Parts: sequence; C-alpha cells; structure tokens
Amino acid sequence: MVENRPWLTFFSHFILLAGVVIVLFPVWVAFVASTHDPRDMLSGVVPLWPGDRFIQNYYEIFVEGMAKAGAPPIGLLMMNSLIMALAIAIGKIAISIISAFAIVYFRFPLRVLFFWLIFITLMLPVEVRILPTFEVTAGLGLLNSYTGLTLPLIASATATFLFRQFYMTIPEELSEAARIDGAGPMKFFRDILLPLSRTNIAGLFVILFIYGWNQYLWPLLVTTDEGYYTIVISIQRMVSVPDSEPLWHVIMATVILAMIPPVLVVVFMQRLFIKGLVETEK
Amino acid sequence: MATILLDQVRKVYAGNVEAVKGVSIDIADGEFIVLVGPSGCGKSTLLRMIAGLEEISGGEIHIGDRVVNNVEPADRDIAMVFQNYALYPHMSVYDNLAYGLRNRGVAKGEIDSRVKEAARILEIGTFLDRKPRQLSGGQRQRVAMGRAIVRQPAAFLFDEPLSNLDAKLRVQMRIEIKRLQKALGTTSVYVTHDQLEAMTLANRLVVLNHGRIEQIGTPLDVYEAPATTFVAGFIGSPAMNLIPVKAKEGGLALETGEGLLAPNGHGVAQAILGVRPEDLVLATDGVAAPGGLSLEMTVIAVEPVGAESYVHGTVEGLKDDIVMRAGPKTDYAPGSRLKLTAVPEKLHIFDAQTGARLNA
Ligand SMILES: Nc1ncnc2c1ncn2[C@@H]1O[C@H](COP(=O)(O)OP(=O)(O)O)[C@@H](O)[C@H]1O
Ligand SMILES: [Mg+2]
Repeated sequence: MVENRPWLTFFSHFILLAGVVIVLFPVWVAFVASTHDPRDMLSGVVPLWPGDRFIQNYYEIFVEGMAKAGAPPIGLLMMNSLIMALAIAIGKIAISIISAFAIVYFRFPLRVLFFWLIFITLMLPVEVRILPTFEVTAGLGLLNSYTGLTLPLIASATATFLFRQFYMTIPEELSEAARIDGAGPMKFFRDILLPLSRTNIAGLFVILFIYGWNQYLWPLLVTTDEGYYTIVISIQRMVSVPDSEPLWHVIMATVILAMIPPVLVVVFMQRLFIKGLVETEK
Repeated sequence: MATILLDQVRKVYAGNVEAVKGVSIDIADGEFIVLVGPSGCGKSTLLRMIAGLEEISGGEIHIGDRVVNNVEPADRDIAMVFQNYALYPHMSVYDNLAYGLRNRGVAKGEIDSRVKEAARILEIGTFLDRKPRQLSGGQRQRVAMGRAIVRQPAAFLFDEPLSNLDAKLRVQMRIEIKRLQKALGTTSVYVTHDQLEAMTLANRLVVLNHGRIEQIGTPLDVYEAPATTFVAGFIGSPAMNLIPVKAKEGGLALETGEGLLAPNGHGVAQAILGVRPEDLVLATDGVAAPGGLSLEMTVIAVEPVGAESYVHGTVEGLKDDIVMRAGPKTDYAPGSRLKLTAVPEKLHIFDAQTGARLNA
C-alpha cells in the first residue's frame, strides 16, 4: 500500500515515537540511577540525567563484588542465567523439533492421543502447575541444580506446535521425492527438514532465550543455594535486603547488565529472526 | 530399462474407498504409456503404487523380472517427476540432481559427470548454482526432469508434470519430454487429464474411469474405435456426439421415433449412436450418404476458432446439442436448418446399457 498523505505520515511517526518513549523511559531511569551516588536515590527526587559515578558504580559491582548488596558475584549470576537460558532454548527446540517430526511424519499407534496430550500442555504453563511441578522436582532431588532449574521449563508444547504447523505446510511430495532419492527418515530429517527449519529455529531461539533469561518465579522456588541464583533472582534479593536500605545504584547497574545478553541475542539474530517470522522458504 | 507388469492391481483407501479396482497393464521395455482420465479416476494412485509411495491393496506389480509389492521406492529403480516439481528448496540445482546419487554412494567423479551430462541435455548448465526459487517454472520443470535422468532408472514416472506451466511452455516441454524419452529409451508411465497431451505423447493410451480401465490402445486406435461411450466422450475435442437411438422399421431412429438416423446393422432394440463433429457433413442437395446418417439440425451458434468453426445446434427430439465441424469462415444465422449426413464407416454404435462398442 502506497499512501502519500503528510499528516498520516506525521501521525504514524508520532505514535511510534510515543511507543518508543514509553518503553525506553524506565530503562533510562534505571541507567541514570546506576550512575548516581546511592544517597541521591533516597533524596526523594528521582534524577533524570546521568550522574558522575558510572565508572565507580560498575567497578564496585565487578571488582568489589556484590556481597555488600546481599548477592553473589555478578559473574556467577550471569553464568547461571546464561546456562539456564541456553539450556531452556536449546532443550526446548531439540525436543520439540523431534516430537513434531514424529507426529507429522510417522504413523504410530496413539499418534493422535499423543498430539493432544502435548497440545493440552499448552494450556498449562509452569505458573499454573507450579505446586505439583515443585513437588515432583523436589521429590527427584533436583532442587538447587541446573537440571531442576531448566528441565521443568523445557517440557512445554508451544514449540512443538509451531514446528508441527510448519511441517504441515511442507508439501508431501518433498518427503516422497526424498524417499525415492534413497533418503531414509533420519536422512530426510537431517538433510531436508532441519535446513528448511533454520529460520524457524532462529526465531524460536530468540524468543526462548529471552523467556529463559527472564524466568523469575521458578528459579525463586527451586534455588536456595546462592550458587544457583540467576541474575533476575539476585535483583529480587537485593531489593528485599533485611534491616537496611536497598543499594539502588548497585541494583540498577545489575538491571542494566541483566538486559545486555538478551539485547545482544536479538541484535545478532535479528535478521534470521525477522525472516523466521515473516517468511518460510518453500 | 525394464518392462512393467500390473496384474489385477487394486487400491482400497481407509474408509473403504476403492480408488483402483483391478487394473492390469503389460508395459513393454522402452514404451511410453499415458494414463489418462478425468480428475479422481485413480491415475495418481496407480502411478504412486508403481512408485512404491502407496501400498498395494491387491494384485501384483512387476518391474523387470521381480515383484516389487514390498520393495522400498528407492530400491525400485524408478524416478518420479511431480506436478509441483518437489525440488529441495534449500539445495542448489546441482545438489538437487546429485542428492539421490550421493545417497546411493555413487563416486564423486561419476556424480559430477552425470549431473553435467543431464544439465547439458536439458540446457540447465548455466544455473547449476542457483536455488530453485531463483528459477522460472519452465526451468524448475527441467531441473525436476534432470533429477530423474541422472538416476538412469529403469522407468520414469510422471504425475501431471506440465499442468503448472503456461500453454506455450506446456507444448514446448511436451515435445521435449517426447524427444528425451525417445533418445534415452526409458520405459515411461505418464499421468495426465489432458487428452491432447495424452494423444501426442503416448505409444499407448490407458483410459481410466472410476478406477477401471476403459480402453488400452494406440492414440489413433482409441480415437478411431473408442471401446465405450466414456472413451468416445473423453477422447476428442469437441467431444463425439452421442445420440440415444432405438430400432424402427428400416433402421435406427431417435427415441421419439422421429427421423431415420442410420441403418441397424446389429439388430439391437436400443443403442447409442456416436458420430464425431468432423465426420458430420452437409448433405449435398439434401441427400444423405447412402446407408449413412441423416439428421436435421437447427443452428444455435457458430464458434469460429480460426482454422475451423464449430456449429452447435439442436435436433428435434434430442436432449443434447449436436456439434459439427465446418470450415474457417462458416457463417450460419441462428435458427437456420441444416441437413447433415455421415458415411456409415464413420458411425459408432454402443450398447445402450453397458456403453460397450458394438461395431468392430
Ligand atoms: N489418501 C487418500 N485417502 C482416501 N482417499 C483417497 C486418497 N488419495 C486419493 N483418494 C481418492 O482416490 C480417488 C483417486 O484419486 P487420485 O488417484 O488422486 O485421482 P486422479 O489422480 O486420477 O485425479 C479419488 O476419489 C480420491 O478422493
Ligand atoms: Mg492426480
């Protein structure tokens, strides 16, 4: 659609800019807060321009550690978050791509039943089944472990469903041509289905990485050992330190740091991600 | 190179849909067989059973000297060309051609020379590095053909390979396929619903209807002596005129009893009389050909198609319209009455109940 109406252009840009401001403002405030002296934050007026303690505050986090603020070292937190986000993203994609393959391309007994079982879990995200899931995880002795942190979040149907929908759009003749060309099911999966799913995998990876990185409720429940804290949890811990004022400059600097990996993932995978959302190579 | 033998082949789909009802065909080595019939008659099903993509519910399929009922498609030594080409979208043209050979463990040098040779024959050498989506429809079609050729199979199977192309390209590729098949001498089974494609490509035609064979024969045999009213109506364009008739003293007449149409050489009480549009001619001076057909038509419309015209008209007492082929600049006013005739050798008589051909 090609429109040439100046006021429409102005109006749509105004809406977009307003949206950007609304989204960016809290981020800006967080960044500003991370560059001020902690006392500035408690003075009652939230500063809107960066202070002079940028280097000092971040130096404090990295070198002196965060013990003062009531949290484990930032490196450990980042590493835990990274492990969790990667494990969830990779685990989910691996499992769902294989189960979608089975459901679409194989005729096994109770296939439809399995599909519906998977489908129903769509309606049961972790938040809904959190108590029984915790019960099971605890029963298996998985509290305070990476497995306990990630496994229950890997088991969900969204990705399976997405891949199934994608496979259904691939013409049946393609698998038949491969069959005639002497490619068995696994070869077909590896040589044809996987390369064709590339953009879908990339798009899903971005979404799942952020989903895993931002997990809050679940890690809060299953980790009591500080060695397994994620960065998101640490922020919560620092905000609710007992018997003292929260160290807002440290908290906000952590917040800023916590945002960087997801942003990097989006930036580097953006091209593939957009492609995965809007087109499929057929 | 191989013969293909179908022996009472049947296909029953889930839900008791019988798509193919006992089909037997004996295909000679190097023969070009065309399966033709209306949509849904079971052509694709039959072809896919030969390919091994569809299980065989009954009967046997032999390729060469072995029964292949339980042989995997890859091991049947066949290659298939699909209607939508089914090229691997993420692979280059070269890899599309080479993929099947690599899976078979053919040596690298051999693969390269076979791919290059196929590319040369099909004139696709200049875009071996491109992806399928960077090709036009006709070029994709060639790549699909190439993928079949490099395999050097015992048989080619085609499922309506030209129906996604525009008219001009279709004619061009039709000629190309014919030429290629002749040059390679590979046994071929070709499925189409387009009777023109069927007539021009086939050594022998197999006309299918509702999962059964109506007739097998060379294109001209089928055209000149259709075995059933179905074949008579399906092969030929415009279709053969089919006129229900009954016996009357002195010959066959319209069912209303009006108008003497033709002699009753077979002594039947009722029959279907068939006459092709090009066999109908104006009766000179109003006199019918001796012993031939005679009817009077009222013109509805004349369709000029360039090299010839088709005159559509009604005959009193007859439900369906009659079509006659005439010269290029024919111009009859609607409503004019024409006396038509046809020589007896050009008349086809079919059984009124079974539709089977009665005259030799
Ligand atoms: N997988 C299937 N399941 C059930 N019925 C089918 C299936 N495939 C085809 N059929 C039916 O079998 C008949 C023949 O189909 P097909 O061989 O595709 O026809 P054609 O290729 O001649 O148009 C049709 O009536 C079709 O509905
Ligand atoms: Mg078909």
